[in-house]
Amino acid sequence: MSEFTRRDTLKMGAGAAALAAGSGLVAPRAARAALNIQPESGAKLRLLRWKRFVAGDETLWMENTKKFTQTTGIPVRVDNESWEDVRPKAAVAANIGAGPDIILGWYDDPHQYPDKLVDLSELADYLGNKYGGWYPVAESYGTSHGRWIGLPLGAAGACIVYRQSHVQAAGFDGVPGDTGGFLKLCQALHAKGTPAAFALGNAVGDGNTWAHWILWSHGGKVVDKDGNVVINSDETRAALEYAAELYKTFIPGTTSWLDGNNNKAFLAGKISLTANGISIYYAAKTTNHPLTPDIYHANLPVGPVGHPAELHLLTQAMVMGYTKYPNAAKAYLQFMWEKEQYEPWQEAVQGYITQPLRAYEKNPVWTEDPKNTPYRDLVARMQNNGYAGPLGYASAAVMADYVVVNMVAEAASGARTPKQAMERAQKRAERYYKV
Amino acid sequence: MSQSVAAISGPVLSLGARVRDSRDLLGLFFMLPATVVLLAFMAYPLGLGIWLGLTDTTIGRRGVFIGLENYEYLMDDSVFWLSVFNTALYTVAASVIKFAIGLYLALLLNKRMPFKAFIRAIVLLPWIVPTVLSAIAFWWIYDAQFSIISWVLVKLGLIDEYIDFLGSPGPARASVIAANIWRGVPFVAISLLAGLQTVPASLYEASTMDGANAWQRFRYVTMPMLTPIIAVVMTFSVLFTFTDFQLIYVLTRGGPINTTHLMATLSFQRAIPGGHLGEGAAIATAMIPFLIVAIVFSYYGLQNRKWQQRAGND
Repeated sequence: MSEFTRRDTLKMGAGAAALAAGSGLVAPRAARAALNIQPESGAKLRLLRWKRFVAGDETLWMENTKKFTQTTGIPVRVDNESWEDVRPKAAVAANIGAGPDIILGWYDDPHQYPDKLVDLSELADYLGNKYGGWYPVAESYGTSHGRWIGLPLGAAGACIVYRQSHVQAAGFDGVPGDTGGFLKLCQALHAKGTPAAFALGNAVGDGNTWAHWILWSHGGKVVDKDGNVVINSDETRAALEYAAELYKTFIPGTTSWLDGNNNKAFLAGKISLTANGISIYYAAKTTNHPLTPDIYHANLPVGPVGHPAELHLLTQAMVMGYTKYPNAAKAYLQFMWEKEQYEPWQEAVQGYITQPLRAYEKNPVWTEDPKNTPYRDLVARMQNNGYAGPLGYASAAVMADYVVVNMVAEAASGARTPKQAMERAQKRAERYYKV
Repeated sequence: MSQSVAAISGPVLSLGARVRDSRDLLGLFFMLPATVVLLAFMAYPLGLGIWLGLTDTTIGRRGVFIGLENYEYLMDDSVFWLSVFNTALYTVAASVIKFAIGLYLALLLNKRMPFKAFIRAIVLLPWIVPTVLSAIAFWWIYDAQFSIISWVLVKLGLIDEYIDFLGSPGPARASVIAANIWRGVPFVAISLLAGLQTVPASLYEASTMDGANAWQRFRYVTMPMLTPIIAVVMTFSVLFTFTDFQLIYVLTRGGPINTTHLMATLSFQRAIPGGHLGEGAAIATAMIPFLIVAIVFSYYGLQNRKWQQRAGND
């Protein structure tokens, strides 16, 4: 170049600037994927979570929490409460505006006080994109009107837990995958003196799980998608008649069973089949129980409705609106949900919690002991407890008042006819779903 | 003394000094701590509870005043009326039996016997053990698969199958009433024992000299003298039984199918896990009329009769 005019300099400058801007356009996209949450300075967090069901849970959770504190310098205090007490405590904390920063609740807790919770959409999208997407039911539990208010941790789910030798002695290879065959199995087990049994008392975990499965697998439901109560229906009647037939094969006393009774009865050899979390197997393994090799698992059978229709105890984290450190809370949640922390934790929990994100299906814990595998797909197989309507005060109140459990118990035990039981349940549910 | 003399003839005292002198104001001042406690921890929650029953407050959301709507709904709610029935049955059955056993125990313990102090201490144990702990023990005793009672009876050959204590309404109600009686008898027994010991021996001597037998002594001397004590003890016993929560919650959670739900447990179930604070408060408030009746009943029993006061004048 002979002469370097000002114009040339300006052109070069513009070119260089355009280049810089162009490359700048590429970099921010990569930065978005990294989700840079800046915790507040001087942050410290209080987490209220439900007390562990299996020992490994608490050990790994605290280990991961310590790692978080070491990496970020944010101290986290973890309080453990009995799992039934966490829900009212969360509600009270939300109501009075003070308490733990993060609470690990259950089911539709966030939908009771959605305005009192921090928006977690950014975090949820990041985790969903990175780990294969959320299962639809996890998204329905975590979002309210398109906004994420809860971060599902997973579900403590139930499968059929059975004694292989007794099932084979009754003439079956395993648990049939359809409700018709399942009834025949229970009848055969009863005839052989090795009966099945399910909880029909006000058992907040086991009772709700299997009562809703009975109802939904036959096509019944409490509400339709517009929130109209439709529990009084032919499908529900079919479900209740099925439950009554099943009840005849149970051992006596199940109408008084709370959550622990079926565990006790199974491990004592009094029953050969029940629906429960993996805790029976876990307890047997860790105490070298003689029954351990005979314990097998199968998914809950599919009913006339043609697809899995189950309810499992979904647990999710909520960040309370009154917290002084929302970013620190989100950073903590991100850390605990990342593969480096979540997978070892799931491993330690021995499959007690089924993941809410698809990528964790590949966690070796599900295949290293083949008996764990049925528990892997529980979040994929479940519906939310407000099915088929929206989650909120009504869905939570109906479940807390044991409307479905009482209905199934009444019809199964013969205390009322299916028609009466349905009508009572309809009336009770309508009270909660009125506008 | 000298201060009041000074007050008459001396200079005008300061306000503080006059307050200290005035016995009425001083009395009020001494009552202040107790009043604060009563107002803050009893009157205020009671008032708030009654107010909540008139709103549709839920956990997590403020409510609006809705008048008697909660009560209107409860009038139609079969589960609520079932809980009222259960509570009445539970209270009446348990109280009557507790009174009978308690009185009998008190009469027994009033006699001369060896190790009296030791036996009295043992009798008091069920009352002292925290209710939740004894409830958990009863939960195992009533277990349909593992009950010790069933095991003993089976081993003795008296029954074939384990008893289903808590699985159907009748046995479940009987079982929780039995647990309540076990826990509540000591209170009645020890209190009545104390009352028995205030009956002057001279009355018994006089009646014996008049030719009264044991039953007549009991009917014409013991019972009338005990009536005020009985009124107080049974009022408390009825109040505790009516508002019982722990036993039912641990044993059955109100099951099977709501047949052992008391008003207290139903109120809790609706208010806290269910989230409907207004409705739960309404159920709890509905207990008040029954409790007032019990208190009024005992108030009349407490009235000292003239002839009782003359008893001390031999």
